[in-house]
Amino acid sequence: MRQFLVFVRKECYHIFRDKRTLLILFGMPVVLIVLFGFAITNEIHQAQIAVLDHSQDAFSHRLINRMTASGHFAVSHYLSSRDAVETAFREGDIKLVLVIPDRFGHDFHHARKAPLQLITDSSDPNTATTLTNYANAIIMQYQEEMGGKTDLPLTITTAVRMEYNPSLKGVFLFVPGVMTLILMLVSAMMTSITITREKELGTMEILLVSPLRPLLIIAGKVLPYIALSFIISLLILAMGYWVFGMPVKGSLVLLLLECLLFGLTALSLGILISTITNSQQTAMMISMMGLLLPTILLSGFVFPLESMPVPLRVLSNIFPAKWFIIILKNIMLKGGGLQQVWLPTLILSGMTVFFLGLSIRNFKTRLS
Amino acid sequence: MRTLFFILQKEFLQIFRNRSMLPIIFVVPVVQLLVLSFAANYEIRNLTIDIVDQDGSSWSRQLRDKLLASGYFSLHRQTWDPKTAYNDLAMDRADLVLTIPPHFERDLVREDEARLHIMVNAINGSKAGLAAGYASSIIGSFNRQLRLDWLALDEDDGPARIAVDQRYWYNPDMNYKYFMVPGILGVLVTLIGGFLSGMNIVKEKETGTIEQINVTPIRKFHFIIGKLLPFWIIALFELGFGLVAGLLVFNLPVEGNIVWVFLYAAVYLLAILGLGLLISTFTDTQQQAMFISWFFLIIFILMGGLFTPIESMPVWAQKITLFNPAAYFIKVIRMVMLKGSGWADIRYYFGIMFVFAAVINGIAIWNYRKTV
Repeated sequence: MRQFLVFVRKECYHIFRDKRTLLILFGMPVVLIVLFGFAITNEIHQAQIAVLDHSQDAFSHRLINRMTASGHFAVSHYLSSRDAVETAFREGDIKLVLVIPDRFGHDFHHARKAPLQLITDSSDPNTATTLTNYANAIIMQYQEEMGGKTDLPLTITTAVRMEYNPSLKGVFLFVPGVMTLILMLVSAMMTSITITREKELGTMEILLVSPLRPLLIIAGKVLPYIALSFIISLLILAMGYWVFGMPVKGSLVLLLLECLLFGLTALSLGILISTITNSQQTAMMISMMGLLLPTILLSGFVFPLESMPVPLRVLSNIFPAKWFIIILKNIMLKGGGLQQVWLPTLILSGMTVFFLGLSIRNFKTRLS
Repeated sequence: MRTLFFILQKEFLQIFRNRSMLPIIFVVPVVQLLVLSFAANYEIRNLTIDIVDQDGSSWSRQLRDKLLASGYFSLHRQTWDPKTAYNDLAMDRADLVLTIPPHFERDLVREDEARLHIMVNAINGSKAGLAAGYASSIIGSFNRQLRLDWLALDEDDGPARIAVDQRYWYNPDMNYKYFMVPGILGVLVTLIGGFLSGMNIVKEKETGTIEQINVTPIRKFHFIIGKLLPFWIIALFELGFGLVAGLLVFNLPVEGNIVWVFLYAAVYLLAILGLGLLISTFTDTQQQAMFISWFFLIIFILMGGLFTPIESMPVWAQKITLFNPAAYFIKVIRMVMLKGSGWADIRYYFGIMFVFAAVINGIAIWNYRKTV
């Protein structure tokens, strides 16, 4: 046991001596959380649009003013002909073109129906949909303003309540996501690369002939990273709480235990990767190519899992990130306890045991 | 020239000798491209809904049928008890709960006004916004229909209106994959090209072999070219490979001239390789290099307009994306493939990328001389 502790201490020295890595390890989460927390929203402001106004009267000018006053749109081009639309789009920055026909106001008041055309650059379907929705809402308002408001019979009013995140903050989704990404990185990538590094530099052999059992050697290498990933979790949680007002409605103790558990799952994955690779480069590529995109895409971090095709939803189950994000959202935003998150917890524990078992088996065959 | 040839030969041999690297370089990215493009989808369907119908009138049933017929919602449970529904929401079994209060139909007829309640699980803000939007617009059209039927009105009797005609250019079917596949391809090419090369140089440092190379008559210039060129070629090959896969599997449109994509990628990769080189000049171990690369990569990906549009970022963040080479690449590849943009439209981006490549490589080589 004493020997083991000495070994752990030596590993800690190794980590703490490398000031640069430490700086990255602690600086990175801070930068990422701040950057994404503030930068990534789904609300679009000041999208560049072009206007093709054939009418050129007070009505059309007022409509254009309404569009820009909303803050969602900024008119960057006034087009003069239909052909200019194509060019404007091709240059790349225009997202929407508003086409106002001749005699717009006149038609509204006399024919009681005024046509209007919205052309969107739908190469990005989401932005196109969002902008069309904004534009339609503004146009509807303008229509009421032009026509004078009338009280209509049989009106259904709908009260919408947004549970758990009333202001629809994107950051409530991003903090758990970034936290998962970073813990995955620190734990899985770091361990996989540290162990293969010893192999690559040939120092593993030296370690293996030491009186410490191989299992303890691995444990000793991993222990400091558990501590590190835990400290990083604390850092991210603190930032989420104080900077972005992300609540922790459930038990903090449970939340911390779950962070520890996820750290362990990722670490065991890292150990597994290191048992099947011999060079740092391969280990890194496996963790980077194999874990990075799936962790972002298949965890429900960026895209909702529910709208994916069934095979992908099934596939997402094998990525620990998915389960951890469910746990985080449940405990932090909904105030769920263990009875709400027992299943993902059990799955993460199961994965940990499975990865560890597999790596111990691999590790032994490698030695013999 | 002969020296350079031998160095290149050596580098290629080293890359291809590592059997486990080959599938990682060539197979994994393409598989990810094909699989993950299906995951990247904001289109929201199959929202599960709990309907608490406390009215049980013919109108409340009509409203329910209308919601379910829209294709956006699937009924998870219909109940009288709001508590059950609320519990479903808390347990993630339902995305939203629509409550139709008692006397909904009666109030609507007698008071000309009735109220509905919708509760949405808003942890995923954008999804919740869309869900509420869909529900409200369906309710709105139900309301209009009701008015027309009840008052026996005709469309033309209503107040004057603006008829909005919506056109969706460049992707009329709103196929999200057309938009995502080129973007993901851009990221994969970035990964393969830039970060592998950077890591490769640090490796020589870490294992000490760089000292040996330094004492040979090989010039630094040759060494750098030898390190960068193979990955430049591999990444371009990867791009071609991925494009073919994308064309075959997703039937991607190619509106413009694909040559622009490759030419742009060639310049872009110079910048990315330079970044890898730069990282490797001020790191000593692969671990450090990996972390720094990872850090940049995450920022490139999440702030490159790949998943969330750059337009939706605050202005200061949009300024940051001006320094994100990946953002330009993703933009240009989408412009050429989807919109058919040509030289006149993208030359500005070419210029920027040339400047990027020159500056980054300049700093990298300057720093490299100083440190090694």
